[in-house]
Amino acid sequence: MSALMWLAPMSILLGLIGLAAFVWTFAANQYEDPDGDAARILLDDDDAPPPTGGDA
Amino acid sequence: MTRAEWPGVALDPPAEPRLDLLVKGARCAACIGKIERAMLAMPGVSSARLNLTTGRLSLAGRAGDLSTEVLVERLASLGYPAAPFDVEEALRTEDREGRRLAIALGVAAFGAMNVMMFTVPVWTGAAMGEGVRTFMYWAAAAVAVPCSLFAGAPFFESAWRALRRGRANMDVPISIGVLLTLAVSVSETILRGEHAYFDAAVSLLFLLLIGRYLDHRLRARARSAARGLLALQAPNATVIGSDSTVRRIPSRDVRVGDRLEIAPGDRVPVDVRVEEGASELDVSLVTGETLPATAVAGTSLAAGSLNLTGRLVARAVAVCEDSTVAAVARMMEAGAQSRSRYVQLAEKAAAIYIPVVHAVALLTALGWLVAGEDLRTAILRAAAVLIITCPCALGLAVPAVQVVACGRLFRQGVLVKSGAALERLAEVNHVVFDKTGVLTEGRPVLVGGSVDLARLAAPLARASRHPLAAALAEAAGEGPVATDTRETAGFGIEGLIDGRTARLGRAEWVGAPSSGAGTELWFGFADETKIRFAFHDELRPEARAAIDRLRGLGLGITILSGDTTAPVRAAAERLSVDAWRSGLSPLEKGAALDEMKAEGLKVLMVGDGLNDAGALAKAHASMAPGTAVSASQNAADLVFEHGLEAVAEAIVTARRARARALENFGLSALYNLLAAPLAIAGLATPFVAAIAMSASSLIVTLNALRLSLPGGKP
Repeated sequence: MSALMWLAPMSILLGLIGLAAFVWTFAANQYEDPDGDAARILLDDDDAPPPTGGDA
Repeated sequence: MTRAEWPGVALDPPAEPRLDLLVKGARCAACIGKIERAMLAMPGVSSARLNLTTGRLSLAGRAGDLSTEVLVERLASLGYPAAPFDVEEALRTEDREGRRLAIALGVAAFGAMNVMMFTVPVWTGAAMGEGVRTFMYWAAAAVAVPCSLFAGAPFFESAWRALRRGRANMDVPISIGVLLTLAVSVSETILRGEHAYFDAAVSLLFLLLIGRYLDHRLRARARSAARGLLALQAPNATVIGSDSTVRRIPSRDVRVGDRLEIAPGDRVPVDVRVEEGASELDVSLVTGETLPATAVAGTSLAAGSLNLTGRLVARAVAVCEDSTVAAVARMMEAGAQSRSRYVQLAEKAAAIYIPVVHAVALLTALGWLVAGEDLRTAILRAAAVLIITCPCALGLAVPAVQVVACGRLFRQGVLVKSGAALERLAEVNHVVFDKTGVLTEGRPVLVGGSVDLARLAAPLARASRHPLAAALAEAAGEGPVATDTRETAGFGIEGLIDGRTARLGRAEWVGAPSSGAGTELWFGFADETKIRFAFHDELRPEARAAIDRLRGLGLGITILSGDTTAPVRAAAERLSVDAWRSGLSPLEKGAALDEMKAEGLKVLMVGDGLNDAGALAKAHASMAPGTAVSASQNAADLVFEHGLEAVAEAIVTARRARARALENFGLSALYNLLAAPLAIAGLATPFVAAIAMSASSLIVTLNALRLSLPGGKP
């Protein structure tokens, strides 16, 4: 019984953390461009080509 | 940099000019990379970001004299057609409602799952004393009450809005049910009672929010697709000042009496009267005529016409809001208003359901009081009646069906603007088609002549912008262009082919006897025999089959067109359509629809041009092809991307959806007839209520899913 008194609020707290994260994804505009965000991981042009010479 | 040089620009802090373009054709990571890199490479652009989901390209700039036209041209050269976003539209694209519903859904999901943690132990009959049970119920209340109040807000607000207008929608019994359930459950908990229905309240909201959210998402997708296109009105006009300086200003700033320059390729921004120059204009989107209209000094032109061949100087005779375009827009608004009074199926069901259920609940309470039970038991049983009949199934009956139907149509390339549109579509018994651009391809095609003859005339044809010449050049393929060309508006083009003078154009001008029959061009070298080329506006290949299928569904067909009589009669004959009218202005088309409505016909209008927009708004239901002008796409209920077979498909799906919705109402009524007696007798424990609610929702949803099965009769 005492375990219950502790575990019940604990699990609600965990649920609330999940809910907070869910609401945060909206505030962070993560659903604006799902197709684009998925495609952008394939872009790699912000990596500058490594300099030639030295240990190539 | 002045605002005038950045059409479509919104200045917001920091005061760096921003520009939004709608880009078509971007589909993958490579497209994003190509477009953004190309834009960043353009001088004056400091940031560029493409939203792949909506097609919106957001650019920000440093000082520079870069124009929208240059950027659009660069994108076009890469293979991505682009057009500017309307500034006010751009500011409104944030989807507040969808976000709100999604968060409410998340909260309801959290609530439903966590409430069960406390209520299921009570049901499963674990030997628990009154104290433990009450503790469980208090914990359930702590979760359920805040979650229900937050997640139920969309329903409460909608119910309140309806009640204030003196009407009741489905949200009224939902709200009453949820609030009463919570109140009764809390009071039972305080009184250390046995039954509390917290989980019923939250689960009800969870199930209903799923349907509502999906419905909203489908409609949001259709809305943005139709809205994102450029307005028919040219966003800018070129004004010639009294000192002969030339400036570009937004069309809405043009005043009556301003002198405007209209270059070949520009759209006429406001209604004008021509003062200098001669040209031919494509008026097909305004009047539906296939052949270009000639304009000389003194001709009046409507806003939206596309200038083809020559430079014109004209004087504005009306401001933007008074143009033909605006008049049609007002017709559309009137149509939309009368449409909003349409009573949907769900509302009709609610009108019956609400009084019956509340009366039964009231009678239950009174009945038990009379039978000798105390007030608490009587109210508890009345609340149980409300909960168990609470429109879980009824609330899902229509949305579930509409979501599945719209999804099925979307996969076939048809965008549905709203569920009400689908219901109206199911009721139509007559179809009216526009001709140009809907039944036909909308552009002339060479018929009958041999390709060799076409190749002979092609060098001159390639030098002209006239649509008939373009069709000739298309038939002939690639090749050399004539030199020293001079185009005379309304007559033809003259030039040198291999050093010899030749003319292409009207019969009299080329020197040939005019037959005056149909759409033709004559070609000839200076003193040789003249060659005749005939054109017609090709019917779409699927038009005949589509019309036959519609007739097979029991629908009457009419063609209403703004084009001249001969082409319309020819098209009607080839499609075996008896009822047709030609030469109609936009207002006359609207009047024709009013006549049909007075005869009791429920009309589906299919049209694409500006001259159809008013009629599209007046019809009982309307469809526009994806190639239609944005005004028509906005006025239409459905927009179809592929061929005309979409019209019959949409009608069949709408009829099936209506059948499923009515079946769902039947199933809900059946469920209520079985469940209500249980509640009246006091046998509806929370456990029973939970099972009943889930089972009925499941059955209704599964029935709705039958719509996504292939085939099936209407």
